[in-house]
Amino acid sequence: MRPLTPRRITGICALLFAVLFVVMVISLRTGAYPISVRDIVMTLFREVIGRTDEVPAEFKLVVFGLRLPRIALGILVGAALSVAGAGFQALLRNPLADPYVLGVSSGAALGAILSLAFSPHLLGVIQLSAFMGAAATIAIVYFLGRRGGQLDSGTLLLAGIITASFLSAIIMFLLTTLSGHELRGMAFWLMGDLTTAPPTEHVLWWFESLFTIFLIAAGAIYTTASDLNLILTGEQEARHLGVNVHRVKLVVYVAASVLTGLAVSVSGAIGYVGLLVPHLMRMMFGTDYRLLIPTSAIGGAIIIVAADTLARTVVAPTELPVGAMTALAGAPVFIYLMRRRVR
Amino acid sequence: MSAGTGGRASVASASVPFDAAPKPRLKVEQVSYAYAASDRSAPKFTLGPVTFEAQQREIVAILGPNASGKSTLMKILAGMLRPLSGRVEVDGTEVGDFEPRTRARRIALVQQESELLFPLRVWEYVLQGRYPYGRRLRFESAEDCLLAGNALAQVGADALRDRWMDHLSGGEKQCTILARALAQQPSLLLLDEPTQHLDIGGKVELLRRLRKLADDSRYTVIVVTHELNLAAEFSDRVVLLHKGKGLRTGSPAEVYQREVLEEVFEAPLEVEIRRSGRPRVILKSSQ
Repeated sequence: MRPLTPRRITGICALLFAVLFVVMVISLRTGAYPISVRDIVMTLFREVIGRTDEVPAEFKLVVFGLRLPRIALGILVGAALSVAGAGFQALLRNPLADPYVLGVSSGAALGAILSLAFSPHLLGVIQLSAFMGAAATIAIVYFLGRRGGQLDSGTLLLAGIITASFLSAIIMFLLTTLSGHELRGMAFWLMGDLTTAPPTEHVLWWFESLFTIFLIAAGAIYTTASDLNLILTGEQEARHLGVNVHRVKLVVYVAASVLTGLAVSVSGAIGYVGLLVPHLMRMMFGTDYRLLIPTSAIGGAIIIVAADTLARTVVAPTELPVGAMTALAGAPVFIYLMRRRVR
Repeated sequence: MSAGTGGRASVASASVPFDAAPKPRLKVEQVSYAYAASDRSAPKFTLGPVTFEAQQREIVAILGPNASGKSTLMKILAGMLRPLSGRVEVDGTEVGDFEPRTRARRIALVQQESELLFPLRVWEYVLQGRYPYGRRLRFESAEDCLLAGNALAQVGADALRDRWMDHLSGGEKQCTILARALAQQPSLLLLDEPTQHLDIGGKVELLRRLRKLADDSRYTVIVVTHELNLAAEFSDRVVLLHKGKGLRTGSPAEVYQREVLEEVFEAPLEVEIRRSGRPRVILKSSQ
């Protein structure tokens, strides 16, 4: 018997943070304007000691204006989608649940588009409406996925896929008819990418608020980690063991919708991260949610930053949307998991 | 074996007056329940009234044909359903008034296991029984591990500790589920058709184990079962349900009467009383 300890969680997370750091450095230095690791270190050092005037301007623009914000965005989106995916998998008791596959991302995208079309200049409104879109979609999919009062795995997935394609159609319709607004392209909303430029002013404030929302929502899911372990073993049994199943489900439902809305509002509907990452982490570190949630968050950050680095280098000088990269890896994994379950 | 059970039966009956004086562990008083499709429509199924008591160290078997209300009664005893009328008390407190985690420290329910979504080791599964003790987000202490290990030892499943749950046989799985229930350190152990997926050897083994748990560790055990003869052999008290009514309650010998059983189970049966004083039910041959 070797029960999970906080120490083991810290150790594994530290390891993953190290990997994330390496991936970040690689991502910082690769691109059309190559930068050596030494230059990155020197630049950061000069920034820290306040001698910014010694840093060349173009260098500053590439590192601080382009690559670093994009990496930060990747970390946020990857972590949010992976924790949301792990949450949905427990909430719906379905290993194939993922914000993208279930149409939740499309719902969030629709919410975001509507807010952009009608109140584009209000801060936070886009995140709020993306959250509402996500929450409404998962509620609809949940009720469509029931058969005879029971949540049916196959029906749920079908309901999600159909909802996703229906919402995508509405998104396409809106984007075509609402031209003139600053709505971004179809590829952004339906595939997702990390090219969103943070606001030129208040960059730090913008990132701080997004990461704060992420930490609150992911933290809320983490408080239910012990309960989720029991719910995954059996909902009835969890109830007998004293788990307040309704409360736990409500927390996970709201928090996972917030996370999906948050990610989609800044990066569009990047697919399969929420499926891929939690399963990868389960294979490496086991199924315990107390470990799975933090490792999924960091793992998701690693995967998205790495995928985005690939997306902007494989066909340079053009870029692929990062969603195309994750779908290339995620769709086969989805099929593998589905076939393994059927067998 | 019959000599052994006979001896225990006499001990049990001799000690009844002494055990009856203190408060019963479980008290079920005029409990009824009704299922309806909606609030206004007539109930589709009604249960009750059912009345019985159970002391510590007692095994009570709840018997009855399919759809007689056994599982509903079990859910009420476990505090999952609130009875329409009547009371269920465990150690003097009404079951519905327990806070969920307090309830889980008093009452453990063993059900047919649900499908596991992700693989789990036996020890992880048994440790889940420690959930009601401690905070919501918790990490298991050394004491939890010790108690989980003891629970596995109590059901003779020490060797299974590091096996995967989905690689266990039906009997091994049943043992593990029972071990998790014991890890809850309950006073009342409820088992809903625990013998369903076991062969005859497994059934006898399980009931013997329950008997030993009740005798040695003072558990009060309530078992829903279809096994008339095993119930007669191992239980102290029998509650016979028929179409939602609590038809008879008493010792196996009192309840097992040919006419009653024939009516309830709608089959030609014979009942003989063995030397141990416990009845045996035989299917009457057609010739």
